[in-house]
Amino acid sequence: MSLKVDIRKNLGGFRLDVKLEAESGVTCLLGASGCGKSMTLKCIAGIEKPDEGRIELDGRALFDSEKGINLPPRERHVGYLFQNYALFPNMTVRQNILCGLNREKDRSVREARLRTMLHMLQLEGLEKHKPHQLSGGQQQRVALARILVSDPQLLLLDEPFSALDGHLRDALKIELRDLLQRYGREVLMVTHDRTEAYNMSSRIAVLHEGRLLKMKPTKALFADPGSVPAAILTGCKNIAAARRIDEHTVEVPEWGVRLETKQRVQEGLCAVGVRAHYFNASAQQNRFPVRFVEEMEEPFETTLQFRFAGQTPDSPAIWWRLAKDRRPAEFPQELGVAPANILLLYE
Amino acid sequence: MSIDWYPLTNSLRIAAISCVLVFFTGIFFAYYAARLPRAVKGVLDVFLTLPMVLPPTVCGYFLLLIFGVKRPLGIFLLRFGVKFVMTWYGGVLAAAVVAFPLMYRTARGAFESFDETLAYSGQTLGLSNTYIFWRIRMPACRQGILAGTVLAFARALGEYGATSMLIGYTPGKTATISTTVYQLWRTNDERGAMFWVLVNLAISTVVLLAVNMLESRQKKAVKR
Repeated sequence: MSLKVDIRKNLGGFRLDVKLEAESGVTCLLGASGCGKSMTLKCIAGIEKPDEGRIELDGRALFDSEKGINLPPRERHVGYLFQNYALFPNMTVRQNILCGLNREKDRSVREARLRTMLHMLQLEGLEKHKPHQLSGGQQQRVALARILVSDPQLLLLDEPFSALDGHLRDALKIELRDLLQRYGREVLMVTHDRTEAYNMSSRIAVLHEGRLLKMKPTKALFADPGSVPAAILTGCKNIAAARRIDEHTVEVPEWGVRLETKQRVQEGLCAVGVRAHYFNASAQQNRFPVRFVEEMEEPFETTLQFRFAGQTPDSPAIWWRLAKDRRPAEFPQELGVAPANILLLYE
Repeated sequence: MSIDWYPLTNSLRIAAISCVLVFFTGIFFAYYAARLPRAVKGVLDVFLTLPMVLPPTVCGYFLLLIFGVKRPLGIFLLRFGVKFVMTWYGGVLAAAVVAFPLMYRTARGAFESFDETLAYSGQTLGLSNTYIFWRIRMPACRQGILAGTVLAFARALGEYGATSMLIGYTPGKTATISTTVYQLWRTNDERGAMFWVLVNLAISTVVLLAVNMLESRQKKAVKR
């Protein structure tokens, strides 16, 4: 099982340039809206045509601009779960799923596979319903059933949870993750939501303005994003330009501080990031005097904004987030951050 | 008093046949025009919609220029015994040309509002383009296409200008409701003219009621 993508396409405003190799398991493309995520999936599915490059699935060329290969979508055996699920509104659940079985000529085999899929996705009893009679979660399951029943070699998920309400989303994430694990096929998913990416995938590639940054295992990416776009997409709130001083020291002029780092600082460092959760009133290292600015409360967490004593006036305030029950009664005079929690960003 | 029903049957026959012709050609052009490059599409669109804004007599004039029995195409067709001038099926041609833009425009509007991801997902599932067109795209655009068909039928039924230019008025041969009304009024047969006016009113009312019913059903479908 392997997918190799190396394509380029001009998209008016910017150039899509994606080089990607994925093996079995769930790979995620994480990017802001309009960065070319969906376009990449569409190129792989054959709905859009790249200007040049090559797409290969399990050794089979789906697209090759040099050899003039461009298989139509129906010959690619790539399943595509659309953001809005794209269920056929005039057909029942049963008819929708049977559309995925159009290659199977034997009627009894078709019926048996339909039964298995209805059972697997808990859709029994809904066969005669039309899509508009189903809940968002049921619609997603029908769309998945319709795709999985066609036995695709690769499954593409385009923002699979964006059409769902918040409370449904968490339940469905668990459901879909378990299903994909049982299914055991290669899955490529795109999302702009870092939590979704973290929940669902084992590897993440960050897509920034049409360009794919290095792919990393999910936890490694969150621990060390390595670049400014990746740090932003993984939710890092405090990012500032920085300069290397020595192997374990960086200077951040905007914040008026020098920070000690655990990771070795390479040449070419351009910025540092500190996640809002990583400040600590009792940390002794990288400890500096701070001044409270304002607070924004959420149901269970709170964001306290502060400035370093030596911070330049035009730079944005720093965010400190913590659980409400751990909020100190009085804002501390000084805050520290562990050297291991300084993210070194290189581009 | 015995009534010559020929204008009614002839009008219905002309409207029905031209409506079928326009149904298929309108859908064909609406579907393929949407896929053409923008410049070609713009030119084609103007050309296909012209009969809607031109006076019908001008359309009839152009038809005579093309199909007149002294014109090259007219002479050529006459060799096969086909003559569009002064025949009832010439009326089909005239009505079809004038009604075409109504079908074409309404079908194009319906196709443009179609959610293209449905077609894409059909393709990735391995469905053929023919299947996607007839079983997914057409049902999804059903209301718009039906409305276009009804409008085209109504327009074909009421056609006067191009028809009178191309096929004239010959009782029992090329007479339609609209040309009969004019002819009877011109010859001071007010009662006869009124009779056909009432027939025409009845048919048009039924057609408009049908359009309204379709539209309200469409609104309901959208609400769901």
